[in-house]
Amino acid sequence: MRQIIFLFIGILFGIVMFKSEAASWFRIYEMFQFKSFHMYGIIGSALAIGVVMIQLIKRYQLKSAYGEPIVIPDKAKSFYRYSIGGTIFGLGWGLSGACPGPIFTLLGAGFLPIMVVLVFAVAGTWVYGLLMDKLPH
Amino acid sequence: MEWIFNPWPWYVGGPLIALVLFLLLFFGKSFGMSSNLRTLCTICGAGKNTDFFKFDWKTQQWNLLVAGGAIIGGWIASNYLTIDPSVLIHEDTIAKLNQLNIKSAGTAYLPEELFGMDHFLEPKIFASLALGGLLVGFGARYAGGCTSGHAISGLSNLQLVSLYAVIGFFVGGLLMNHFLLPFIL
Repeated sequence: MRQIIFLFIGILFGIVMFKSEAASWFRIYEMFQFKSFHMYGIIGSALAIGVVMIQLIKRYQLKSAYGEPIVIPDKAKSFYRYSIGGTIFGLGWGLSGACPGPIFTLLGAGFLPIMVVLVFAVAGTWVYGLLMDKLPH
Repeated sequence: MEWIFNPWPWYVGGPLIALVLFLLLFFGKSFGMSSNLRTLCTICGAGKNTDFFKFDWKTQQWNLLVAGGAIIGGWIASNYLTIDPSVLIHEDTIAKLNQLNIKSAGTAYLPEELFGMDHFLEPKIFASLALGGLLVGFGARYAGGCTSGHAISGLSNLQLVSLYAVIGFFVGGLLMNHFLLPFIL
């Protein structure tokens, strides 16, 4: 039951994705056309606050709700997996107009055809798992 | 109260995303939505023949709850917090989309021509949605994260590799938007 808090965090996230229009295909298209500051403002302000927040968490060694230190693990060093994987992800983001968070949000908002994107995103993840040993990382 | 029912500006949306990041860290977790796709593979039995999917999915239950919450949040926002879901994008973008036969630009939340119940089963449209999903799922796992994991949490934690990933997201997105979409739509 302690985990129920994550459902509420998710609800907040879903509402924000929908209401800020970050879940709209049109906003993603417009972002890649450089025609509006909107998406850059969302990502940029979240990031600016996030950078300060994580610095403060580290400096003051803030404890989590359960009294444990908050540890944010570093990501593994590599160039190829991030740049190639990122570019492949970007192609899909530009086409479907939805990254994984908004896929869930749009499903709840009643856009049932987004199920096609979700099912194939799961399939794409599966394909990665099958091929990962053969890919440059 | 009226502002709640209108689209939220970036300076409301961005800080609230930062709040989500904070809450997840505060409750001892991290922000990463695409990990749920891997968990869904495991639940579907992908661990039988691939080590990458051999883990106890119950350790990821919390993240599935976040995803489930995002579904509920989308339902609440669209049904109870929105009067007009039209996304008012820039008029040049609307004109450009009209040329590409996306006539619903400026009057809908998602393009009717791609996500409308009458259209998504057309072979070309279905194939586009499927291809988009495949690339998102494959690319996110290859890159070890998506927009939430790299553009928000990774960059917030000043991870250089997340910058490589985010540059990749934009290179791929720009290629699709400017050079491929005009042929696909």
